[in-house]
Amino acid sequence: MRLLTHNMLSSNIKGVSNRFPLRIEVEKVLEKQGDFNADFLRNMFPKIEWKAFVDAARTIGYADLPEEVDDSSILTSEEFLNKFHHALLELHLEEGALVCPETGRRFPVNKGIPNMLLHEDEV
Amino acid sequence: MWYLCMFFHRLLDYRKAEVESLAQLFLDDKDKWSSLEWRIPLHHHPDSPFHYVNLPSEDAARNIANRSILVKGIYEIWGEGGSYEELEESIRSYPDERKLPYLEPGTTFKITVDSFGKVISFQDQNDRIKGFTYIPFKGQVNLKNPDHKFWVMETDDYGSSNGLPPVEGRRIFFGREVGGADRSLLPTYQLKSRNYLGPTAMDAEIAFLMANQALATPGKLVYDPFVGTGSILVAAAHFGAMTMGADIDIRVVRDGRGPDCNVWSNFKQYGLPMPVGLLRADNNLPPWRSGLKEVFDAIICDPPYGVRAGGRKSGGRKLLKGTVDPYTVPDDKRTDHIPSTGAYSLVECVHDLLDLAARMLIMGGRLVFFYPVLREDDNVENHFPEHPCFKLIATSEQILSSRYSRVLLTMVKISPYTEEIAEAARIKHIDFRENHLKWLEDGNLHSAVFSPDPQLTATGDSKLGKEPKPKYRGKYV
Repeated sequence: MRLLTHNMLSSNIKGVSNRFPLRIEVEKVLEKQGDFNADFLRNMFPKIEWKAFVDAARTIGYADLPEEVDDSSILTSEEFLNKFHHALLELHLEEGALVCPETGRRFPVNKGIPNMLLHEDEV
Repeated sequence: MWYLCMFFHRLLDYRKAEVESLAQLFLDDKDKWSSLEWRIPLHHHPDSPFHYVNLPSEDAARNIANRSILVKGIYEIWGEGGSYEELEESIRSYPDERKLPYLEPGTTFKITVDSFGKVISFQDQNDRIKGFTYIPFKGQVNLKNPDHKFWVMETDDYGSSNGLPPVEGRRIFFGREVGGADRSLLPTYQLKSRNYLGPTAMDAEIAFLMANQALATPGKLVYDPFVGTGSILVAAAHFGAMTMGADIDIRVVRDGRGPDCNVWSNFKQYGLPMPVGLLRADNNLPPWRSGLKEVFDAIICDPPYGVRAGGRKSGGRKLLKGTVDPYTVPDDKRTDHIPSTGAYSLVECVHDLLDLAARMLIMGGRLVFFYPVLREDDNVENHFPEHPCFKLIATSEQILSSRYSRVLLTMVKISPYTEEIAEAARIKHIDFRENHLKWLEDGNLHSAVFSPDPQLTATGDSKLGKEPKPKYRGKYV
C-alpha cells in the first residue's frame, strides 16, 4: 500500500466520528521504483491531506517532506516533486495495519493490500 | 474535412462511440467536436462499415485511427463512384494539389484492393490495380513498407442472404490511408495467454474499448471498484493511465493463485506499471475519507449483475434478511474474523456506483460501465440509470443471447456533487438496507435470463411469437 492510498482511506465504522487519518502500524516497508509523472503529481497535490501525509511518511521512515506547503508554487520545484513522488508512490507498506484513530480497530495490511471490510457489527 | 472511416465489421454499436471519444483526446476545441458529423455513403446501411466523418485535420484523423481498436482505416477519398468509369471521372476531378504531393518521384507506394461482402480474386485485384494508369504515379512500388498506402474499396449488392447490412448498389472508393488501428495489441493481451484469470475477466478487445471510452492517458488516475483480476485496468495501464482498484473478495485481490499469479503479475506480464493502489473494500460502504472528492479522472467497471457472478456487500445474509439479530463479534475472535456478506442487488449496486462516481470523479471525468438489459423489453433507453451529475453520451449494445445483452454506458460528469445529492443518496442507502429483500427480488436478472422462454412454453414454437428485433451483428460479435 502506497501513501497515496493511505491518504484517501478512513475508518468507516458505524457511529465513529474521528475517522481520519488512520494510524500506521509498520511491520515491513518496501521501496519500489515508480515512473515519475509530473502531471500526475500536480493533479494529485491539491487532493492530498498534507499533515496526514507528512506524518504517515515519517511513520514509515521518510522524514524529508516539508511540514508546511502553503502555496502551489512549490510544484515548480523539481526537488520537491521528486520527494513528493518518492513519498507518494515509491514507499510501500507491505505488512502491517491501519488503525482507526477512535476505536483502535486494526485494518490489516497483508501483501500490500489493506483489508477495509467491516465486521457485521460495524456496519 | 471529410474522411472515409472504414470500420471492422464487429461490435457495430461501439464503433462511432469510440471515434467520438478519441476525438475528445486529440482535438483541441473539445466543445466544438463533442459530437462529430457523420454521413453514410450512397446506397449504404447505418450498420455498414463505411462512414464519412468530418474531422479538422489529417493529424487528428491519424491520431484517432491509430489509437482506436475498431477503425480499420481512415482515408482521404480521392474519388468514388458506382462503376470504374465513374470512379475515374471522380478521381480526375479531385484537385491536383491534393494528389500530386503523394505521387512524387522518390516516394514509395502500394495499392491494396479490398471488398466488403465478397472476395475478389487475386487476378481481378491485379486487373483493377492496372486500371489506375490514369493516376500519374511517379514513385516506386513498395509492398512491405510504403510511404503512401492507397486503397480501392468495393461494395455491391451481393444478395441479402449473407447476413450483412444490405447495400443497394455497387460503390467503389479510392483513397489514401491516413491511419488505422493497431490490432496487433489484441493477440498480445488476449485472455488465453493471461497469467491470472477469473470467470468474469474482461475480454481484451472490450477492455481496450472501455479504456478508450474513459479517455485513459498518461497522468490520469483510473479506478475500478470491482477490479477482480484487473483485466479492465490492464487496458487503461496500457494507454499510460495510473490505476487503482478495489474488490470485496480478498482472495482475488490479495492472494490470487500464488506469488506469480495474481493481479500484480497481470501487469508485470506486459511490462505495465503496477496499480498505484489495490485494496479490499465494499462498494456499498466505501472507506474513502470524508472531504475526499474529485480525485479520479475515470471510473471503469463491469459491475456484478448477478448472471455470471453475483454482487456481495457487507452486513451478513441472515442479518439482512431479518432472521437473526445483529451479530456481535466476540473480542477474542476479532483479529481473524471473516465477516459474512449478503447479496447485493443490481439496482443498489448501480445506485452506489453512480453516487461514488458523482463524488469522486473530476468535473468532465468519465464513468464507463456495463449495464445488462433484457432484450424483450421495448424502449430500453428509458431504463438506463440516471444521475443529476451525469450526462449519458454513449450507449453501445453487445448482444449476448436471444434473451439479454449488455450495454456499455459512457457518462460524463457535468455538474458538481452537492450536499443535497449526498443527502438524497444517504436516504436511498438506508432504504436499500431496510428493504433488502424487496430490492433483491426486484432486480433478479439471473432467473429472467435462465428461465425457460415464456413464448416457447406457451406455444411450443417460438416462431409464432413476436419477431426478434431486427439488428445486424458483426460476424462473431
